[in-house]
Amino acid sequence: MSARLFVAWFEEEDDIRAATTAAREAGFNIYDIYTPYAVHGLDEAMGLRPSRLTAVCLGFALVGLGFALGFQYWASVVSWPLNVGGKPLNSLPAFIPVTFELTVLLAGLGTVAALLVRAGLYPRRPQRFVPERVTNDRFALALAADGRFDETGARGLCRRAGAVETAFAEAC
Amino acid sequence: MSHAHRSSLRPPLVTAERTLAEITEEICAPLDRRPGLAWWSAFVVAFSAFMLGAYCIYLLLSKGVGVWGLNKTVGWGFDITNFVFWIGIGHAGTLISAILFLFRQKWRTAVNRAAEAMTIFAVCTAGLFPILHMGRPWLAFWALPYPNTRGSLWVNFRSPLLWDVFAISTYLIISAVFWYIGLLPDLATARDRATNRVQRGVYGVLALGWNGSHRTWSRYETVYMLLAALATPLVLSVHSIVSMDFATAVLPGWHATIFPPYFVAGAVFSGFAMVLTLMIIVRRVLAWEHLITIKHLENMAKIIIVTGGIVGVAYATEFFTAWYSGNPNERFAFMNRIGGPYAWSYWTMVSCNVLAPQLMWFKRLRTSPVALFALSLVINVGMWFERFVIIVTSLHRDLIPSSWVMYHPSWVEIGTLLGSFGMFFTFFLLFTRVLPMVSIGEVKGVLGESRVRLRPVEPERAVA
Repeated sequence: MSARLFVAWFEEEDDIRAATTAAREAGFNIYDIYTPYAVHGLDEAMGLRPSRLTAVCLGFALVGLGFALGFQYWASVVSWPLNVGGKPLNSLPAFIPVTFELTVLLAGLGTVAALLVRAGLYPRRPQRFVPERVTNDRFALALAADGRFDETGARGLCRRAGAVETAFAEAC
Repeated sequence: MSHAHRSSLRPPLVTAERTLAEITEEICAPLDRRPGLAWWSAFVVAFSAFMLGAYCIYLLLSKGVGVWGLNKTVGWGFDITNFVFWIGIGHAGTLISAILFLFRQKWRTAVNRAAEAMTIFAVCTAGLFPILHMGRPWLAFWALPYPNTRGSLWVNFRSPLLWDVFAISTYLIISAVFWYIGLLPDLATARDRATNRVQRGVYGVLALGWNGSHRTWSRYETVYMLLAALATPLVLSVHSIVSMDFATAVLPGWHATIFPPYFVAGAVFSGFAMVLTLMIIVRRVLAWEHLITIKHLENMAKIIIVTGGIVGVAYATEFFTAWYSGNPNERFAFMNRIGGPYAWSYWTMVSCNVLAPQLMWFKRLRTSPVALFALSLVINVGMWFERFVIIVTSLHRDLIPSSWVMYHPSWVEIGTLLGSFGMFFTFFLLFTRVLPMVSIGEVKGVLGESRVRLRPVEPERAVA
């Protein structure tokens, strides 16, 4: 699946924010934005919804919590009940530290795994579209240039917002 | 990020005029250069110490624990002292990367990468000691609850020593993941500027196809915040659990409810001292005084004053509690600390941890890299002795006077201690050669802090 894109490069984060807002208001289909660092305010400009990864994190945390508590209970009470210094078999308060650690471990690993899957980040990913210099010092706005794409309108809009360069590109 | 809080009251975090491209080049420059004489001399010293440590560990494994100076009364000596010391060092890294992130302390951007690396290497170094302490380290996996042919006979989940296994391994894994996730954008930067094929290939694989997409950035920021929120209670739990190894014992001098917060404060205190030691060297060697500024050093010095104060209060509280408890054994344990055969180690600890940091109240000293460097070394000596005092002076004269003895470390234990420093610094020096030592993406984000842009914005034109 490849998409034809119109890419405009900017040199200031304020410019890319202005250009994104303008393009969205003018009804262009924003494919993506490429920036060297996390520019705040672009979520709103692009109209992105808040990430649902927080829910994933909570889910994994609950799995870790349940698993750790369940396993400790099962191992200490059901599988091999062992009297240690006369303490109750189900020593719940003493099980909390391990439960806490496993909750954090699973929540952390699960969230990161979900990020990598959702953002498609994996080693040797073939031919990912990286506009020139966006990991260094430039900001790029990519508009989907399919069908009835208003090239003059887009170019004018980006120039007015301070674009230093525009071009067409193919992304896969 | 950079223009959100512009204020003339807020001093810039990067104190020299730099463009984004200049920041990239400056931070990536050490990856291309051949190391200089300073690096090689440091590496030779660190690696030799590392190898000495490796030889001492070989002696331990081939001959047995008899090569150490431990005896029946003092069963924990240098080994556990080193373990607690190194785990503590790690804590500053997580504090900088997670807690300061949650508090929106933007000055952390210049030091978080190196501090997180320090955490990982310190936890690796620390992890070695309990394993060696076991005497038969090849059976270390017995500490894990795995299905075995003995029943399955499970581990005792009520034991703080087992909590330690879980706490330390979780801490190591989560710190490493946090560090790697933070590195992703910078690995992509390194990949895209690399000129030779090896660099391009290695950074290319490690960067996982990062392309600066804002859809990814947006999710990435969410995940980074979640990890910070998870790492914050984690780091507080780790040294609390380490302290429970002592606090749940009935031994006077160990059996204290104050231990968890006291250990955490001590850990942050020593960790920041180690960050200062490393950062002062790094900024000097690489001429990064505008990235890791005096302001950064001063902020860390302030955290040291606070945590050092907490440690001092904890020392006093221990004494008060021993006296107030009316328990003769408890009172004896503390009188033995200040006046017994190991009094020298107690007073070393007090001078280094309580008295020396007070010098940082003077602005001239806390803004002088030379003074801070000297103080940071003093504090680390003091914090090593704190663990030594807690462990050895409590054990060597326990509840049965007939078992009282002295503990003298053997040369093998001293060699292992030197080796642990060697291992830590070897890893750190290698890290400075192969990965961006300062977070490029985050520094770029704060570059505009308190700066007015050169080209005026024209709002009516910007909205087409």
